[in-house]
Amino acid sequence: MIPTENMEHPEAPKRTRLEELWLLFKENRLAILGLVIFALFFTTAVVGLILTSGQDPILDPAIIRLQEKLLPPLAKPSLETMSQNEAPKLGIYLFGTDDLGRDVFARMLQGAWVSLTVGFVAVGISVLVGIFMGGIAGFFGQRHITYDQVLITAIMFAGVVLLGLGKDMAGIAALFVGHASIAFLFISKRTFWKKNSIPKWLKTLHRNAIALDTIIMRLVDIMLCFPSFFLILTVVALLPASMYNIMIVIGLTSWMGTTRFVRAEFLSLREQDFVAAAKALGVGNFRIIFRHMMPNAIAPVLVSATIGIATAILTEAGLSFLGFGVPPPHATWGNILSDGKRFIFDAPWLTFIPGISILIVVLCFNLFGEGLKDAMNPKLREK
Amino acid sequence: MEHDNNPLLSVQDLKVYFHGRDDTARAVDGVSYNVGKGETVCLVGESGCGKTVSALTVLGLVPQPPGEIVSGDVLFKGKSILGLKDEELQHIRGNKIAMVFQEPLTSLNPVFTIGDQIAEAIQVHEDVDAKTLIERCVRLLRDVGIASPEQRLKDYPHQLSGGQRQRVMIAMALACSPDLIIADEPTTALDVTVQAQILNLLRTIQKKVSMSILYITHDLGVVANIADKVYVMYSGQIAEQGNTEQIFTQSRHPYTRGLLASLPGRSQRGSRLHSIPGTVPNPSYKPAGCPFHPRCSSAMETCRSIPPEMCDYGNGHLSRCPVIYELELEEKNREKRGN
Repeated sequence: MIPTENMEHPEAPKRTRLEELWLLFKENRLAILGLVIFALFFTTAVVGLILTSGQDPILDPAIIRLQEKLLPPLAKPSLETMSQNEAPKLGIYLFGTDDLGRDVFARMLQGAWVSLTVGFVAVGISVLVGIFMGGIAGFFGQRHITYDQVLITAIMFAGVVLLGLGKDMAGIAALFVGHASIAFLFISKRTFWKKNSIPKWLKTLHRNAIALDTIIMRLVDIMLCFPSFFLILTVVALLPASMYNIMIVIGLTSWMGTTRFVRAEFLSLREQDFVAAAKALGVGNFRIIFRHMMPNAIAPVLVSATIGIATAILTEAGLSFLGFGVPPPHATWGNILSDGKRFIFDAPWLTFIPGISILIVVLCFNLFGEGLKDAMNPKLREK
Repeated sequence: MEHDNNPLLSVQDLKVYFHGRDDTARAVDGVSYNVGKGETVCLVGESGCGKTVSALTVLGLVPQPPGEIVSGDVLFKGKSILGLKDEELQHIRGNKIAMVFQEPLTSLNPVFTIGDQIAEAIQVHEDVDAKTLIERCVRLLRDVGIASPEQRLKDYPHQLSGGQRQRVMIAMALACSPDLIIADEPTTALDVTVQAQILNLLRTIQKKVSMSILYITHDLGVVANIADKVYVMYSGQIAEQGNTEQIFTQSRHPYTRGLLASLPGRSQRGSRLHSIPGTVPNPSYKPAGCPFHPRCSSAMETCRSIPPEMCDYGNGHLSRCPVIYELELEEKNREKRGN
């Protein structure tokens, strides 16, 4: 017999995927620039949060000094006209002051945190929703919803609506019918379903109505049809203005791209041998989805998420500029810009500084995202 | 054979059809086979004759729809596993019956180290702590003949050679010491020297832990090497079955004979290799009568219309060709008369 021990000694380069990714990413100078600026922005936002929040912040963005209004950047405060704790701690107005004499530097720092959190939380929500919907559409897409399920949902929905309209008796009746039919279906499946003696009307109701994949992907199409900025405007106008509402609304109107990516990846991954192999090992569906398929599908999602953060920051700035964003005492880059537009000729720094900050941050996220995409794309690797 | 009384796995008259848009592919059309304890059973046949589907059915891996198990049963240790729920099947998959796939490159998940993947194969079925888990992975890798297994555990599939990957796949299949391993052309993607190593490996392991192997292949060389029993499949049916010697020296089916004649070693040097004319029939449009008759040199008029029955030659040797059976009967009778 051939000795099998010590037969194979591969000297394959010992690099993990992450190392390989980093090597490829490193070659793209613009992407590195994007990464560096992103890191800077991140630290600025965190430091800014620490400096500008709390009872007695070091840099207070809210102190109004009317005698000091519209000072240019790097102007020195006149310490005689104000008390000790009103004076800026830096001893200088780094970015000047606005029409109420507030320190723009402090306001920019406060706004950086808003942009960062809105960007990340909104994209986090959209990615979570996208992965969930895309995962279902890709993996369980061929399963069907039956007519009876549609009917029960409709009855329950009608019940909730009736309750909402104040017609209590009718609403409760509808909800009761809904629950009763769920219980009936559950029991009937146990008893005469198996004996194959199903009544005919039940059989017709139990036909497949619509595939899960169809429902989810048509929902995506519908969502994509709305001009999303105006959709957000409408929703925000109806909801009480707060940072969290904005994050949620931006997140819930931008998950469609991720859904499409994840679904497409899952459709091809589902047919892969290693998924069949995992099944043959007795691995359950959820473990297959989250441990075996998700890591393989995550690359394009990450890329689109990076670019999505830039879009979310831009959307938030736009909303704040229009006055629908984070409510006024709190500074965001968008409302600093909007406040400054009235003084664009007298005090151009009020519009220039937030504008250029938004530009740089959004640009760096896009560059970073592009770099990631190139590094993760096997076809571009060969170059 | 002694195993036949109480087979580990018994597939009985299995029919698996795939429903297409306007036709139905009869991929497996009434197949029965038994795998005894500790036996190596080979399913042989051309591509598309239903070997793989019949094996996937055993693990409940045939997608339904489009697939449909029309009739038949699969008994594992005497219990039917066709009607089992998914959770019950998951307990059998990997734990009692494991599978080794054809393509070692694509059957391993590219984003995990092989250590992770072997560990998962164990963890799915058993509760083990981290330390014993690593120990068991190392032992498994050593068992399948991978050098310096401690380092290999941290490797990704793309860092290994084809032969090594297949060894890892075998290690994963062995992880929970199953009673039966289904090997679906495990050496087809490998070159000949590695193929011999893998076959040796399977044989050695089988001797050590006394498990059964259901080996699916189209390579008669491999069959001669490892099989105890052979089932020759053609167009979703068993054409001939018997032990290795019966099949290789006294084959009684024109298809088996054709396959054997096609082996390079059997033709004369310099002459053209023998080949069976034509191709396997489309599983949706099988010819009436014997599915092999359009390609068969000894086909008679009856072959066109009457589906052939299994003819028993004794000692577990069965063949689905009444023409040859009758020819042999006649010959025997003539000899008797001559005597």
